[in-house]
Amino acid sequence: MMNDQAQTSTPLQQAVISPGTARDFFALLKPRVMSLVIFTALVGMLLAPVPVHPVIGFAALLAIAVGAGASGCLNMWWDSDIDQIMTRTARRPIPAGRVTREEALSFGMVLSFISVMVLGVFTNWFAAGFLAFTIFFYVVVYSMYLKRSTPQNIVIGGAAGAFPPMIGYAAVTGELNLDTFILFGIIFLWTPPHFWALALVKSDDYARVGVPMLPVVAGPDATRLQILLYTVILVPFAVLPSLLGFGGLAYGLTALITGALLLACAVRVYSMREGALANRVAMQMFGFSILYLFLLFAVLLVERLMQLNGLPFIAWPDMLSLKGML
Amino acid sequence: MDKPELKPAPVFSEQELKIRQSRATAMAWVLAALVLLFFIVTIVKLGPNVLNRPL
Repeated sequence: MMNDQAQTSTPLQQAVISPGTARDFFALLKPRVMSLVIFTALVGMLLAPVPVHPVIGFAALLAIAVGAGASGCLNMWWDSDIDQIMTRTARRPIPAGRVTREEALSFGMVLSFISVMVLGVFTNWFAAGFLAFTIFFYVVVYSMYLKRSTPQNIVIGGAAGAFPPMIGYAAVTGELNLDTFILFGIIFLWTPPHFWALALVKSDDYARVGVPMLPVVAGPDATRLQILLYTVILVPFAVLPSLLGFGGLAYGLTALITGALLLACAVRVYSMREGALANRVAMQMFGFSILYLFLLFAVLLVERLMQLNGLPFIAWPDMLSLKGML
Repeated sequence: MDKPELKPAPVFSEQELKIRQSRATAMAWVLAALVLLFFIVTIVKLGPNVLNRPL
């Protein structure tokens, strides 16, 4: 029926009703990325020394999530030209023809504005400004500039994904502290090995559209070395929350055990370079890196919730602690 | 004065109307949720002062 209509109506008439469903517009927000943002921002929020009212906390998280979604939407608007060529992204709403670029741009801009205003009114303007900066950084600095101009795109651009715990903390306190910079550092160091593992497998896609991802520019072997080096730095860095006292024994042990497993994945990626097995170990690294970050923040969250509810918090042994040194 | 030329009214398919309807419904729910959220946050922020107003 729709095809019959499309054949008989004029272009103007066709443009009157967008074919995009509510689900398509929701897909523009990159829901999976948004869920990670909600999760990490929640941890940042709960680390604050002052308790947050649950309703205000929920509203702030919602604003942060919508801000993240808006930046994802604007990223899809900007990248729609290359998304339609890459197999991984060809089914997104814009390249699939279900949402127009103009609709995505308007949707992203309106949501950006609303999310920043709502966060400002509900919490404070420092957090709102930080959210606005994060959207700007992801859309303008990463998507418009870095992504297509340097193989370090994902390294620098990764900062955008690392800001949410800081925004969450700032929404409660109106300031930042060292703990939030440590959480930022964990996500910042995690992003390159996580993303390059995927880029190793999808490098043909990136090469076809001229995006200078590291495997395309420096080659797969140099990328494997970089993945290993970043993982070697990340694993001990991720133990810092316990050493500094805002993570407990459970967090420290989780960071050490899952860190060892992540390192094993990175060593396998580094050593297995040929054939289907190379792709398989790279995808294993990609998948496990998601679980790794999830577990780190989940344990941190559980420990903090136990602490806030007066349940026993088993601290990292004092003799191994860096508390008071930083 | 010349009579303005009337353009034919656009004709939409059932599918198009259904999509528009579902989008409008989703938008209505989102707006209703936002109104509720703003109301609850206002109550929470003002606390007992919500009833403290000059008569």
